[in-house]
Amino acid sequence: MVTPMHQAALQRKDLIWLALVTLLALLPALPAVAANSFRMHVLILILLFASMAQAWNIIGGYGGQVSFGHSVFFGIGAYGAGMAVVTYGGSPWPGILIGMLAAAVVALLISYPCFKLSGHYFAIATFAVVEIFNRMFLVWYWVGGALGLDYPMVKAGLKNLLWYDSKTGYYYCALVLFVLVFGIVRMLESHRFGYYLRAVREGQETAESLGVNSTAVKLTAMALSAALAALCGAFFVQYNLRVDPSMVMSLDMSMKFVLVTILGGTGTLAGPLLGAAVLIPLQEYTRAQWGGLGGGVDLIVFGLLIIIIVIRQPAGIIGIVRDVSRRFGRRPAAAKGGPSLDPA
Amino acid sequence: METLLQVMLDGMLNGMLYALVATGLCLIWGVMDVINFAHGEYLMVAMYVSYWLGFLANVDPLISTLAGGAFIFILGALTYKLIIRHTIGKPPLSALLATFGLAMLLKNLCLNQFTPNFRILSGTWLGDKTFQLGAIIVPVPQLTAAVLALAVVGAIYFMIRSTRFGWAVQATAMDRDAAELMGINTERIYILVFGIGGATVGIAGGIMPTYLAVHPEVGSMFGLIAFVCVAMGGFGSIPGALLAALLIGVVEALGGYYIAPVFKYVAVFGLYLAVVALRPKGIFGW
Repeated sequence: MVTPMHQAALQRKDLIWLALVTLLALLPALPAVAANSFRMHVLILILLFASMAQAWNIIGGYGGQVSFGHSVFFGIGAYGAGMAVVTYGGSPWPGILIGMLAAAVVALLISYPCFKLSGHYFAIATFAVVEIFNRMFLVWYWVGGALGLDYPMVKAGLKNLLWYDSKTGYYYCALVLFVLVFGIVRMLESHRFGYYLRAVREGQETAESLGVNSTAVKLTAMALSAALAALCGAFFVQYNLRVDPSMVMSLDMSMKFVLVTILGGTGTLAGPLLGAAVLIPLQEYTRAQWGGLGGGVDLIVFGLLIIIIVIRQPAGIIGIVRDVSRRFGRRPAAAKGGPSLDPA
Repeated sequence: METLLQVMLDGMLNGMLYALVATGLCLIWGVMDVINFAHGEYLMVAMYVSYWLGFLANVDPLISTLAGGAFIFILGALTYKLIIRHTIGKPPLSALLATFGLAMLLKNLCLNQFTPNFRILSGTWLGDKTFQLGAIIVPVPQLTAAVLALAVVGAIYFMIRSTRFGWAVQATAMDRDAAELMGINTERIYILVFGIGGATVGIAGGIMPTYLAVHPEVGSMFGLIAFVCVAMGGFGSIPGALLAALLIGVVEALGGYYIAPVFKYVAVFGLYLAVVALRPKGIFGW
């Protein structure tokens, strides 16, 4: 039900997002950012991981189906771009499209049987799928096997979607990716399909009794989520200029999709961005500070911080943000359109 | 034929150890509905406890397995007190996230302190002893570990089914509030369940350094397989986890030997997918 008040709140929210994107677009103009390639690197990773987490959020947050299998789709996207460049010596763009399509198809094939499983059984089935794909790609010579694919030197630019001397090109690509993924999810939120999806999460039987085809809704969300994850994977490989199975198709990579989203706040538009904006600088700066010692100090600190954040605010960082804005007298509950949209 | 029997025996002995690791997870999962991602890391820590006792004080793993159990009991109880307690009744994924952080912390703490080197104890009582059974060679360390595992799993099962404490645990698992009203101190049950769940995996980890090298990554695969065992058996069902663990051990060994070592986990995870395709709640689940 869209009340006038609800609508006004939505518009205000959109304006904030628009301002944020404009700010992000202008960021490389600042010499303090553009001249420091490490800062650019961190910003690019924040945008990439926010997009990845948002892609996961479609099915994992709004749909309530906790998938640990997203590294498979991410990997398929990465291999799509990688093979177009390395194996076929062409531009990555057709590979990206094929990768997204393939990821969506694989997602449908995997999810159709898996959606019959509930809760933990589903989560562990997606684990199993990752392990199986990882081993298959390790011994599949057509895709480069365990050695993976290393990019050759090709002409820099948008056609080949890679740059060597500056990170600005990557930054704007990541920003486009971010706007695309967040824009799609923003539209989902107010679209009929988004309401169906959340209805299925809150109670599959109830939603079905009201005429929602829950299987079709979940499958569509999964395919969309997988295609967007594949797009992120393609960007990842273009940025790293190399791909191998354990880099992209691993439980560690799957966990990153889940971690960033949960940390930020599942089933919310801002959650993935908040999660990435906290987790990625944490990861990159602790790594830069202590990673060189080789003793895993960065990951000790990282693990400890994750625990502390969860204990302090189990709803994720968005919970902290809500607490703060509540204290300053604004009422985000009104903007959220009622309690049913809160993360379950 | 002999080869087949030999491979199956190896798989079964391995499977019993999986069962012991899975039982702890099964208990925690069944009672609290908490996914403990640090379970494999508990195993790894227990292996280090046993390794260092053997290396520095010359204690045999057969004895230090008790120390491993005790140590992880305390670690488990502390995990509950310091972390899990704060996530009960909160979004269901927050416990998962916290234990993932804990797993990362434990793994890298061991990496930091003990280096990533593989370490194995030499000169233990059981050592490399084997005996012949017809044409089959039975490794004594693995056999001992398997018997110990079976005994502990049996004891836990008996405790849950037939003691007053076990009934209290079952009541708490069914409905915490109702159990609380019946006068059960559920907070205490939770601490003890987490501790006992830890202790079982601690016992498993304590005996393993006799025949398996210790390193910071050793627990990850065991943890993952334990998840699969518990789900395949049906959540909260200890006999289910035991049966699933044995199946997984045998399938892993057969797949590794007859197809290719790289495919042994493909066989294991494929088996899980096949089982839940037929029985969506696991073998004994309902």
